Amino acid sequence: MNGADLIIKCLEKEAVDVVFGYPGVAICPFYNSILESDIKTVLIRTEQNAAHAANGLARVTGKVGVCVVTSGPGATNAITGIATAFADSIPLICITGQVETSQLGSDVFQESDITGAAESFVKYSYLVKNAEDIPRIMKEAFYIANTGRKGPVLIDIPIDVQNQQVSKFRYPEEIKMRSYKPTVKGNMVQIHKVAKEVEKAKSPVICVGGGVFLSDAQEVVREFARKHQIPVVCTMMGIGVFPTEDPLFYGTVGNNGKPYANRALKEADLLIVVGARLADRAISNPDNLMKNKTLVHIDIDPCEIGKNAGAGIPLVGDAKHIFEDLCNEEITCEHNVWNETLNLYKENMPKKRTPNKEYVDPAEFIKKLSYAMEDDAVYVADVGQNQIWSCDYHIVKKGRYLTSGGMGTMGYSIPAAMGAKVGAPDKQVVAVCGDGAFQMSMMELATLKQHGIEVKIVVLRNNVLGMVKQYQHFTYKDNFSMIDLTGSPNLEKIAEAYEMPFIRLKNMDGVDAAIEQLLQTEGSVLMECLIDPADLV
Amino acid sequence: MKKIYSVLVENRPSVLMKVSGLFARRNFNIDSLVVGETDDPEVSCMTIVSSGDQRTMEQIDKQLNKKIDVIKVNTFEERESITRELMLLKVKYNKGNRRDIMENCEIMNANIVDISKTHMIIQVCDVPERTQLFIKMLQGISIVEVARTGTVALKKCCETK
Repeated sequence: MNGADLIIKCLEKEAVDVVFGYPGVAICPFYNSILESDIKTVLIRTEQNAAHAANGLARVTGKVGVCVVTSGPGATNAITGIATAFADSIPLICITGQVETSQLGSDVFQESDITGAAESFVKYSYLVKNAEDIPRIMKEAFYIANTGRKGPVLIDIPIDVQNQQVSKFRYPEEIKMRSYKPTVKGNMVQIHKVAKEVEKAKSPVICVGGGVFLSDAQEVVREFARKHQIPVVCTMMGIGVFPTEDPLFYGTVGNNGKPYANRALKEADLLIVVGARLADRAISNPDNLMKNKTLVHIDIDPCEIGKNAGAGIPLVGDAKHIFEDLCNEEITCEHNVWNETLNLYKENMPKKRTPNKEYVDPAEFIKKLSYAMEDDAVYVADVGQNQIWSCDYHIVKKGRYLTSGGMGTMGYSIPAAMGAKVGAPDKQVVAVCGDGAFQMSMMELATLKQHGIEVKIVVLRNNVLGMVKQYQHFTYKDNFSMIDLTGSPNLEKIAEAYEMPFIRLKNMDGVDAAIEQLLQTEGSVLMECLIDPADLV
Repeated sequence: MKKIYSVLVENRPSVLMKVSGLFARRNFNIDSLVVGETDDPEVSCMTIVSSGDQRTMEQIDKQLNKKIDVIKVNTFEERESITRELMLLKVKYNKGNRRDIMENCEIMNANIVDISKTHMIIQVCDVPERTQLFIKMLQGISIVEVARTGTVALKKCCETK
């Protein structure tokens, strides 16, 4: 038994059933040992996407996603994927091969100081020097990744440590870490205070973020809001905590969100923020916004409280535990007038669009697509205009909406959708991206084909980098620079090359049939929707 | 606003990088940073002096606590603590100013710890302001090199619960 065997045994103990990766000499002992195991391997086509795929899997399963790549360029390629997971607090283990211990620091072939390079994008990292430490390190790594504020953990393992002979395998039963003890239970004094504030409030609002999913608190948050009829808004990462058409739900906040959601935030006298950072795209001037209200900030990470906005009532802990406690509080409150006011805002503040009839209207298309999708389907939006349209017009029923919210990494949707499908094979998975993002990850069509992973891909094609174009339209008065995607391939031929069914939708004629074909055709399908390059979100 | 963070960390490779990297990434100031082993060889103590507004000072405390290798963070102000800095100065002297230098050393309780025909090394161990003051006092004398440890600090006994 060697170090590589130990890693595999640890992965088995952690109930990992699939790893996404790319081999190279420095990680070959691992990929040799994994042949003896039932753990499935998915060979992605570039390392960044291994991390994105593990990210997608983690988000739909609640388990830790695992990616395994080689040293040097393999490891550095993975960094963007790791940073994407870090920005959205997604639990990930990234194992990287490394050159021999004795050669560390001598700039040999394919050596990179990956623990150093990735330091600001990981929750923690290890450089393993002795195979005997592997079980302890793996146990700690999984614990760190999936507790507290979740995030990626990097484990760098030199090839000689993977080859090092060990006599036995014993997986630690418990964790002994004196310096890492995340707070789970919320402080009861603070919880009573929140209950009192809810009783007092005339216009309360709950704003849910991605942290609600990470603590699996969707149900209990919904229960609390419904019990007291408190209106709910969300950040981009919190889309799907409430069904889009729930009467208590008032949309996404932020500079690209719903005007009535922002108005609800502004006029609320009590704002309960849960699992959200209050970052710039969600709330542009937090200190100003909070002036007329009490802010209750619930987060598992004490650093988030007071970072972007000073909280009246800080509440550190796991959202699920805190809302369970909040549900047990005796609260009587009445704010019908407020809810009715918000309903009026919702009715009277629709976003105005004047779609060009010669093209597909992305807003209408996304709406129709969501209604046609299965109730519990996973919708993965990429980054750019497509992300904002998805965010605005996708109707979540019981499914999930995934996107790279914090980092805004283009090319996220296809590999993340792939990971989501591997993690939840029974669910329908749809990836929606622009033609810019598609070209950043279209190499993964091969992975989908090779492993028989079924993802429905929609490319909203306008032959420009739409979001940047829109920014240049407003900020530089149409002085466009670097946004023209001329030279992009014929997607029908791309689909043909990968032997994948292809659908092209030129305008809204036949949209329903095209969506039906996309969703009903077996296996992965590539669909191209031609959209107006002049369209704005 | 100035604060002193006395940070107990696991004595592991690259801990210093992780902590100093945090300050760099989050745009926090480091006025000085000293690190050394404690009585327990598995634990090191970092003394970090930083300045900034109230929110930054709070964030530093929280972000340090969030680091997995950090065992404990003690935050205090200068007046609540005993602070010291060790400084070594190499100066060039001549017959004309030798007496002067020695008098300054006497006033500041500094010691001459090495000497040659042209140069001497002076050791000062004092609170940071006084080490700074000592440099001022030697103005006009050619200082060849200065090495300072930065501030080390412990909370005063009466302030420790």
